Amino acid sequence: MTAPVLEARKISKRFPGALALDRANLKVNAGEVLALVGENGAGKSTLVKILAGEEVQDSGQVLMDGSPVQMGSVQTASGLGVNLIHQELNLSDNLDVTANIFLGREPHRFGCLNHRRLEQAASPILDRIGLGCPPSTKVSRLSMGQRQLVEIARALAARSRVLIMDEPTSSLSQGETRNLFRNVREIRAEGAAVIYISHRLGEVKELADRVLVLRDGVNAGELAKEEIDHDRMVRLMVGRDISGYYGQVPGQQGPVRLEVRDLQTLEHPGHPLDLEVGAGEIVGLAGLLGAGRSALLGALFGTAPALSGGVRIDGSPARISSPIEGIRNGIALVPEDRKLQGLILRMGVEENVSLASLRHHRLRGGFINRRLHRRQTAGMISRLGIRTPGADTTAEHLSGGNQQKVVLAKWLSLKPRVLLLDEPTRGIDVGSKQEIYHLIEALSKEGTAILFASSEMEEILRLSRRVVVMHEGRISGELSRDDLTEEAVARLATSAEEAA
Amino acid sequence: MNKSRGILLLLLAVSTFSALMNPDFLTPYNLQNIIRWTSLFGILSIGVAFVIITGGIDLSIGSLVGLVGCLLPMLLIDRDMGAAGALGTVLAVSLLVGLAHGLLVTRLRLQPFVVTLCGLLLYRGYARYLTADQTQGFGTGFQELKQLATGKPVTLAVLAAAAGAAILIRILVRRIRRRTEADSPGTKTRWLGAAAGALLVLAGAAVRFGDIQPLSRILIPAPFLIMIVLALLAGLFLNHTIYGRYLLALGRNREAARYSGIDTDRMVILAYVICSLMAGIGGILFALDINSIQPSGHGNFYELYAIAAAVLGGCSLRGGEGSILGVVLGAAVMRVLYNAINLLGIPTQLEFAIIGGVILAGVAGDELVRKVVARRQS
Repeated sequence: MTAPVLEARKISKRFPGALALDRANLKVNAGEVLALVGENGAGKSTLVKILAGEEVQDSGQVLMDGSPVQMGSVQTASGLGVNLIHQELNLSDNLDVTANIFLGREPHRFGCLNHRRLEQAASPILDRIGLGCPPSTKVSRLSMGQRQLVEIARALAARSRVLIMDEPTSSLSQGETRNLFRNVREIRAEGAAVIYISHRLGEVKELADRVLVLRDGVNAGELAKEEIDHDRMVRLMVGRDISGYYGQVPGQQGPVRLEVRDLQTLEHPGHPLDLEVGAGEIVGLAGLLGAGRSALLGALFGTAPALSGGVRIDGSPARISSPIEGIRNGIALVPEDRKLQGLILRMGVEENVSLASLRHHRLRGGFINRRLHRRQTAGMISRLGIRTPGADTTAEHLSGGNQQKVVLAKWLSLKPRVLLLDEPTRGIDVGSKQEIYHLIEALSKEGTAILFASSEMEEILRLSRRVVVMHEGRISGELSRDDLTEEAVARLATSAEEAA
Repeated sequence: MNKSRGILLLLLAVSTFSALMNPDFLTPYNLQNIIRWTSLFGILSIGVAFVIITGGIDLSIGSLVGLVGCLLPMLLIDRDMGAAGALGTVLAVSLLVGLAHGLLVTRLRLQPFVVTLCGLLLYRGYARYLTADQTQGFGTGFQELKQLATGKPVTLAVLAAAAGAAILIRILVRRIRRRTEADSPGTKTRWLGAAAGALLVLAGAAVRFGDIQPLSRILIPAPFLIMIVLALLAGLFLNHTIYGRYLLALGRNREAARYSGIDTDRMVILAYVICSLMAGIGGILFALDINSIQPSGHGNFYELYAIAAAVLGGCSLRGGEGSILGVVLGAAVMRVLYNAINLLGIPTQLEFAIIGGVILAGVAGDELVRKVVARRQS
């Protein structure tokens, strides 16, 4: 048997305050898709960063074709044919597709770019990946899925032998995901190795030839193609059985709490939306990327005020043109982008949890009621199970799941009547996902009206009492719990295309 | 306090060096001068710190100091206004200037650099036009008003004793209020604080009643007391009110602050108003102190001194960071440096080069120490 194209032996890496990797091993062969799974903080990202030369291991060895190599820098790794595509992508928004594909490797003469050669080299690659737009398009105008494809084109142009993808599908629609998978399979067929990190176990099952599970920085186990199934992966990831991973039927519906009539969003004017959510009801908002789900949530909370239309909370009309008014009307939004919109990363847990309720609890003269917020934060840490060294630990040092719990805690401390969530568990490990699901269910039992948007079908099916599906700014249909199937949601999410 | 330790060390180092090189550094007259100038520039620095915390900048401070300096004598003498009316008017002008900056930055989304750069040119030009470039001053009159800038109401001994007493009272009050709270500062810190407070009281009393020369002759200039009051208010506002927390939050992540229901625009406007008001107060004191205001030059570069002091004191131009104590210490470092250049007989042509070099060394050194500490901890 030939040596694996890329191998990591006994890699250890320590970060301030945490051992990220503890003698972890990884092998990937040519023509193979290796899925790397594990909870957040399991060390997946650290491991691939070491393989791609972005981090240097404290001990252990990286081998290519059986002989030791020193990655050291991204340039070295890239020169050896190892390329990493980040979850948050690394494209220059202001440049066009071609420029991004060749960034740092531009064919040039005396420092002058040769535009014709660039375009010539780019076009076959772009045809192949099926980008569907001219190479001179600015990246800022591409969808997330298209950007992911540009990253892949970049790796193809660099003649990658090992392509590493960190959660490539976390912000892709289903169609985009399918196109991505087609490309991954082609790359595999040409003999390259692919390392694929994902939290979406369904995708892993579909795509991977082998699964490597990491837990707390050590190898937790490996599954061959025929062994891959959902429960086995989860068991290896969390080290125990998770009962009730698939949902109980969510709670009962009370009187109408949130009523939306003829609401027109900034993003999709001309498509009035009507919607109702009852007290204690959990309504899922499904649809493809750009279908207008975030725009609707933003209009309800006030971050992207609606152009027209009426919102009623518990029967009384609410005029919401800013988050301040959204909050005043008892609405809270857990936004899509945790790091940019949800948290102040360089502030402590307590400062983040208290941020929205400071005004509410202020002392005379505008002074902060420190004692109250300390108690409140301690209560939230234990109620939500936020794993943090302390209440003053800065949020950037927490894992994704715990960060999301901090965002939730911020809103729960205001006791909202309507809780809006936009992709509530994106990029979060399985264990935290469950905890957040339980929390959402507990809130609905207390009577909170919950409207959440999600691109993860599992999540929609698991949580929703009722699903509203959006397509290109319209509400294309509604499904009650009884009619709720993956196929039905997918049909509605793409409905207008069929009609056209 | 931890954040300001580096700048405190730098201040002590520069002062010790100056004192060793030229004993004249420690004469009461010289120390009084340094304290007075530190206070005047400190007031400007505290103001600009608020704008820097929001991630903005104010380049118009020096010109506003110049404009205020020209307006005040004109109002008092040419317009025959009373002192209260004149001070009120210039402060109102400052407030409106800050309001205009804030509105342009938030409502029109103009860049702070551009807005305040135009302010720099506008206020300077207006001051020169208003005065026809004639030097302004208060002459020999307005002695009472001038006391605000040139008075020396208390001795260092009395001030030290008062500060010590304040520390002791604060510790006592905390102890009574938080007896049951587990999170009050550790016993060790408390005893250290109490010891320091008692020492200050005793030392102050000894100097005052023992008449220890030359310490007992050091008088505290009035601007220092004004600056201390403003610094205490600023510190209280920034660290203990919800508005200060809002400023720090939006300086770090404006989007997340907005999503948390903070009226970020209003808070940014407030920061510009505070900055210009402080520049106005500083401008009044500078004018009273100097008494000979040249419309074309009075206050030139002061915004850069203020910004440099704020950065030395730990403000990040990226926003979201800053401590009032650090900023005041930063202003002190600047003044001690300036003073040292004069005392040590260094050619004054080198003044800017030396100040620039030391600030660069201080900021770079701070960053290096932080990196080493971070590596040690890992």
